[in-house]
Amino acid sequence: MSFKRFLSILSTRNKEFLRDRSSLGWNILMPVFIVAGFAFAFSGDIGKKFKVAVISQATATTQSKQFLEFKYIDFYSVEKMPAAIARAITKIQRHQVDMLINAEKQQYWINTESPNGYLLEKILSGLNHNNFEKQTVSGKQIRYLDWVIPGILSMNMMFSALFGVGFVIVRYRKNGMLKRLKATPITAFEYLSAQIVSRMILIMAVTTFVFYGTNLFVDFVMYGSHFNLFLVFALGALSMICLSLIIAARVSSEETAGGLLNLVSWPMMFLSGVWFSLEGAAPAMQLIAEFLPLTHVTAAARAIMIDGAGLIDISYHLLVLTAQSIIFLFFGSWFFKWD
Amino acid sequence: MTIALLQIKNLVKHYPSVKAVNGIDITLNKGICFGLLGPNGAGKTTTVEILEGINQATSGEILYKGLPLGDQFRKEAGIMFQSTALQDFITVQETLQMFANFYPQQADLDELIQRCNLTQYLNQDNRQLSGGQRQRLLLAIALVNNPDIIFLDEPTTGLDPQARQNFWKLIHEIKAAGKTVVLTTHYMEEAYTLCDEIAIMDHGKIIAQGTPKALLEAHFNDVILRLPETEISDLDCLPFIINNRQGHIEITTSDVNEVVSTLIKNNISLAKLQIRQRTLDDLFIELTGKELRA
Repeated sequence: MSFKRFLSILSTRNKEFLRDRSSLGWNILMPVFIVAGFAFAFSGDIGKKFKVAVISQATATTQSKQFLEFKYIDFYSVEKMPAAIARAITKIQRHQVDMLINAEKQQYWINTESPNGYLLEKILSGLNHNNFEKQTVSGKQIRYLDWVIPGILSMNMMFSALFGVGFVIVRYRKNGMLKRLKATPITAFEYLSAQIVSRMILIMAVTTFVFYGTNLFVDFVMYGSHFNLFLVFALGALSMICLSLIIAARVSSEETAGGLLNLVSWPMMFLSGVWFSLEGAAPAMQLIAEFLPLTHVTAAARAIMIDGAGLIDISYHLLVLTAQSIIFLFFGSWFFKWD
Repeated sequence: MTIALLQIKNLVKHYPSVKAVNGIDITLNKGICFGLLGPNGAGKTTTVEILEGINQATSGEILYKGLPLGDQFRKEAGIMFQSTALQDFITVQETLQMFANFYPQQADLDELIQRCNLTQYLNQDNRQLSGGQRQRLLLAIALVNNPDIIFLDEPTTGLDPQARQNFWKLIHEIKAAGKTVVLTTHYMEEAYTLCDEIAIMDHGKIIAQGTPKALLEAHFNDVILRLPETEISDLDCLPFIINNRQGHIEITTSDVNEVVSTLIKNNISLAKLQIRQRTLDDLFIELTGKELRA
């Protein structure tokens, strides 16, 4: 490994990207536009339903059953495990769920700052169920926008990683640039690692800029550590860049590469929990999502930003992303052909 | 005994549907310009790509300074492909510097830039270069590691006559510096002007090899006389084999006196008579049996 050759490729690739104003502009503006669009679309509470989490729905008391029969309230079951109950209470704190009710013990939790919680409490007391034990929590509302921002940042990173490296390598192969490099002492490892590092730097710079830039006018929540979030995005970028190396390893047609990249990126965009929670999704879909790097980047980033999770809390996602990066890099380098 | 700079023994390259190179032997000594000629599909680009280490041979042996092709060759060879894209948004100077950084030994970049007439384009984006400027940059890239052997694959294709002449001057300078040059070209005049030795390939084999002069002497002992058709009223009066070509008749003969005497006897004006020696174009067509396929 020659560091001089590596730095030379790295520096040239960075200059190429930074001077390509249209590409750079698009990389920065696309996520800003998406966030701005969501901020506008979800600025109101149009169509919002009451959402109630229920413990021990099967063994509900008669009084509880009367409440659970109310129409236009979205009831969903929560396991009687302490961890599941704690998660449901956190959701009440974040206004993602309006009430938690233990149908067997006749207890309920509401957020004192939630108008929906207040209304649901009135409905419950309207049934003359004053013997229900009240528990209160408080916390700032988590909007859909707050929830979706980690996914949008991850998704933007995915497109930049897949197309920014995979497509560029295929273009260089097609126009003979790689063939020319093959005739020099540079090795495939030096070349590919320079491409990876170059794109990592650019992705992290753009993601940081977009994160702080959009936060200025959207003001989304961020309860966790910025460093941890940076680490998650860096690992996520690495795994997806390495994934693009597999796609670009041998293809020499931009059309084929575009098709393959879309084949990978579109399912990831919809199955990785970027736009909607995978909780309650079909088991098969959840299984597929487990294999997608975007799932783990989004979940880890969301846990840090919304739940204030630490590295131990997201260690599973970090491990999966690390393993995926190593596997993708191994196969990407193994299959790589200059021409 | 002097070791050849590059020695190719029984080189074979078979693709599933075609035998691109079918057992060729070449020995290149230091400091010569070797021309590899042949029609499209003859196998010369495949041969050169194998020599450059870009393509793998099916069988055969290639020795550089007595050793199989390896790291040393990669460091000491300069290559100019027929078509190479350069990175967009990168200047000429940055491109040269990038390639220079790949090699442990480097040529003096300032001298190289001057020699290849690139001084005034140094800060120009690669995308803005003309055909001639681009070819000079690609040549400079091939020379950036001060190579012992330089491969030039059709370096002047698409250049105007002036740019081509300038390019030839550069190659003469490279030769004068003691470098070994391997040139493939479709231009016979280029091969004649630049090459000390040529090999003509067809169907994956070398069908003739030697110095241009020796090859012409070995294959031809005649000249071609050329007259406008309008100067001759009756072709039947001429007892020679006559070719019609673009409004002219051509008579190929080893006895010029006899032809001239016959023309005079038949009152044909010699005012527009042209006599030309055989060229590599003639040899190429003679050997490959086909017109040039540029």
